[in-house]
Amino acid sequence: MFDRYRTSDIDWAILLAAWGIAAASALGSIFFSHVMAFAPCVLCWYQRICLFPLVVILARGLFPFDAVVVKYALPLAVLGWGVALYHSLLYSGLISKNLQPCTQGVSCTEKYIEFFGFVSIPLLSLLCFTLIAALLIILKKRTTSNEI
Amino acid sequence: MKYKIFAGICLLLIAIFVGTSYYYKKEQAQMYGQLARNSDPVFVRDHSRILGSPDARVTIVEFMDPACETCALFSPLVKQVMAANPGRIKLVIRYAPFHDGADTFVKILEAAGKQGKYWETLDAMFMSQPHWASHHNPQPERVWEFLPAVGLDMARLKTDMNDPEFARRISQDVADAATLNVRKTPGFFVNGRPLEPFSRQNLINLINEELKTQY
Repeated sequence: MFDRYRTSDIDWAILLAAWGIAAASALGSIFFSHVMAFAPCVLCWYQRICLFPLVVILARGLFPFDAVVVKYALPLAVLGWGVALYHSLLYSGLISKNLQPCTQGVSCTEKYIEFFGFVSIPLLSLLCFTLIAALLIILKKRTTSNEI
Repeated sequence: MKYKIFAGICLLLIAIFVGTSYYYKKEQAQMYGQLARNSDPVFVRDHSRILGSPDARVTIVEFMDPACETCALFSPLVKQVMAANPGRIKLVIRYAPFHDGADTFVKILEAAGKQGKYWETLDAMFMSQPHWASHHNPQPERVWEFLPAVGLDMARLKTDMNDPEFARRISQDVADAATLNVRKTPGFFVNGRPLEPFSRQNLINLINEELKTQY
């Protein structure tokens, strides 16, 4: 029988890592907007909508360990990943500019920072969502194979 | 054990956040101070309007937008502090027209300056601001109703304000605002020190500190 609460240290560590990445990313985005005073654009907000709840949901799944948390967290991670991918493509100019959904306020392609010349904020977001989604998918594979 | 690991990571993340924020603010403040000590033109351009004695040793640089409510609220405060310390403070006005259509208001101001009525027009704009710049119902064209009272030649104002020189001044100020990381208005610097965190009392404290060191 599938025991959703059955705790394996490795499964727990995977979930902890996913939570850690989400928490660090959330704080990072708050740092950009509040400390460095970068105004977040519309696409950034859509990514935040997916990111911020993950911090709470994933933490909740840690105590006690609940494998079913993947069911609730993965859709958010995948959605956020999709927006981040779109944002990165838009930012790097691979998608034409007239597809751009932002009208006034902050442009989604405004360049704030570029570490090492190419690591932009949308790319950081894409990286984080990729890691979170990958970890959650691994967790899902591991826990469902325990089923039977 | 697991709770401890979790709590440890929480504390670590928060500590990194607070530490980096503190470090970042400190670095920024030092950078502005450096620029100010070298009297970098990024704070005062040749075209900048200056109120008060040119010999004053305390310089308040204000990045502002005529349509910004907080700028209007801070205007009397700055004037009070200046009046309380005659000859010791000068105010430099820089533009950060972040509101929609705010460029027009800046151009009106600059054109009024050509008629020698810059500060009167700025006051009139701030005072009538709720009528033309309200957020739920902005009516920028209504600003014209309040200008004749200042005694401006309106026909001349309307021609003057299209001077491309004014557009150039605005873009220079906007570029300087970006250099100084001003993303909200009003953005204050007192002798190059940024107002941080933003509040009325902190501005007064900052000015008083500079008065103490300079006089």
